[in-house]
Amino acid sequence: MGLSDKIYKYIFMTVALSSFVFLIGIIIVLFSEGLPVLSSTGVMAFIFGKSWYPTSTPPEFGIFPLISASLVVTLGAMVVAVPVGIGSALYIHEIAGVKQKMILKPVVELLGAIPSIIFGFFGMLIVAPFLQDLLHLSTGQCAFTGALILGIMAIPVLCSISEDALSVVPKSYREASYALGANRWQTLWKVIMPAAGSGVSTSIILGISRVMGETMTVLLVTGGAAMIPKSIFDPVRPMTSTIAAEMGEAAVGGAHYHALFAIGLVLFLITLMMNMIAEYISRKYRMKLGQDV
Amino acid sequence: MSDELRIKVENVNFFYGLKHALINVNMDIYKNMVTAMIGPSGCGKSTFIRLINRMNDLVLHATLKGKVLLDGKNIFDPDVDVVELRRKVGMVFQKPNPFPKSIFENMCYGLQIKGITDKRILYEKTENALKKAALWDEVKDRLNESALRLSGGQQQRLCIARCLVVEPEVILFDEPCASLDPISTRKIEDLIVDLKKDYTILVVTHNMQQAARISSKTAFFLLGELIEFGNTEEIFTNPKDKRTEDYVTGRFG
Repeated sequence: MGLSDKIYKYIFMTVALSSFVFLIGIIIVLFSEGLPVLSSTGVMAFIFGKSWYPTSTPPEFGIFPLISASLVVTLGAMVVAVPVGIGSALYIHEIAGVKQKMILKPVVELLGAIPSIIFGFFGMLIVAPFLQDLLHLSTGQCAFTGALILGIMAIPVLCSISEDALSVVPKSYREASYALGANRWQTLWKVIMPAAGSGVSTSIILGISRVMGETMTVLLVTGGAAMIPKSIFDPVRPMTSTIAAEMGEAAVGGAHYHALFAIGLVLFLITLMMNMIAEYISRKYRMKLGQDV
Repeated sequence: MSDELRIKVENVNFFYGLKHALINVNMDIYKNMVTAMIGPSGCGKSTFIRLINRMNDLVLHATLKGKVLLDGKNIFDPDVDVVELRRKVGMVFQKPNPFPKSIFENMCYGLQIKGITDKRILYEKTENALKKAALWDEVKDRLNESALRLSGGQQQRLCIARCLVVEPEVILFDEPCASLDPISTRKIEDLIVDLKKDYTILVVTHNMQQAARISSKTAFFLLGELIEFGNTEEIFTNPKDKRTEDYVTGRFG
């Protein structure tokens, strides 16, 4: 191997390994900064503790209200995003003509390019007051508004990935189905959708990850109360917005500071799990297809 | 052999956009007979066969003039139910296209969309069709395995069985052996010959020997025109048209 080959090899290797280094670095920081609180409070008390009073004396670090807020908002967002996202993918793929498709798909993807802060102030200044008046809520900044806005934000992820999955289903499946006397909807539900199943499930999981990790929007629209929500119209404070709101005021190196890192760690583990599930589904699916994995 | 007329093609012209893919085609297809379509690539033989079960309906910007009469009824009449038509006229494609499901699920698909859900009936019909397609012995112990794990030849026989299970009367084969090895090809050919006693069969093939081996009548297409149509033996030994002769003797194609 010549010298220039070697140089190129090492340049590209360095570049390729950089993501790995960043990932490891972040994991190390999350663990080393988060662990002190987990050991002093106890893992169970930290995760299932019902009170988050980081600044009172003595401080209480129970993040269950924050986890439940994240879960409620995410679940609600999926209730919005799954039918709309996958429904749009089906429409774009199955019903829209070539021209409509050429307009619709980029438009949906453009929705995903809007910065989250814009969704945030749109939610805070327009949607929240509107819902407050409409539904006679004590405040429009609540889990419901957050779920709605995050759901809209997740639509492009679901629609785009699902549509890609639908469009790689071989045309021969469709032909086989029609040739056996199936109509368009039977073909869609029984052949095309199952064949695109892994892509569609991946889109849902990536949508969940997107919503889980979203910070700016939830900070602005969910109201920020660190309580376990009794109803979807209660103000809540998901994990991400807690970190964003409190990191500035937590004393570096103090217990509060470490607790925020520990929240980051929990968040990271949840999204890691989501990615692993997504990977597992597509792997299992490829095995079902009889392809090599 | 009965000489009962099954399909009558009358003055068919077919266009893909502006491309004139079939030019004034007339043809009579008889029951219990294998009719082969031969000709070089792009001659319109596949387009022709795909008219018979209206598979070309899926093609955008395609227009058709003329009639295809199945038992005297024009299949392009507005009152024809295309789903019914496709149940009557089954099709096997060039590349084996089993669904990414188990062998049994592949077999059941056509029946389930017809509304048959009784497991016993599904199983019985599956067994019968797989036996007819000479695949039963090879797959009877692995019906729940993915159909994609079968070899190419087995997959194609599964596709034939999947087509037979819905009990069609006419079967269209669109180059059924194009992607298969000689041994699998032989099996499919034997199967087609065997099936003609119960079905009306049309086979598109680019392989002239195959047409000679399995068909009773042969149609030679060139650039969208039906050049010559007659008994297979005559087409190959005593063609009337110079172009047919040139093609079957291998001077082009």
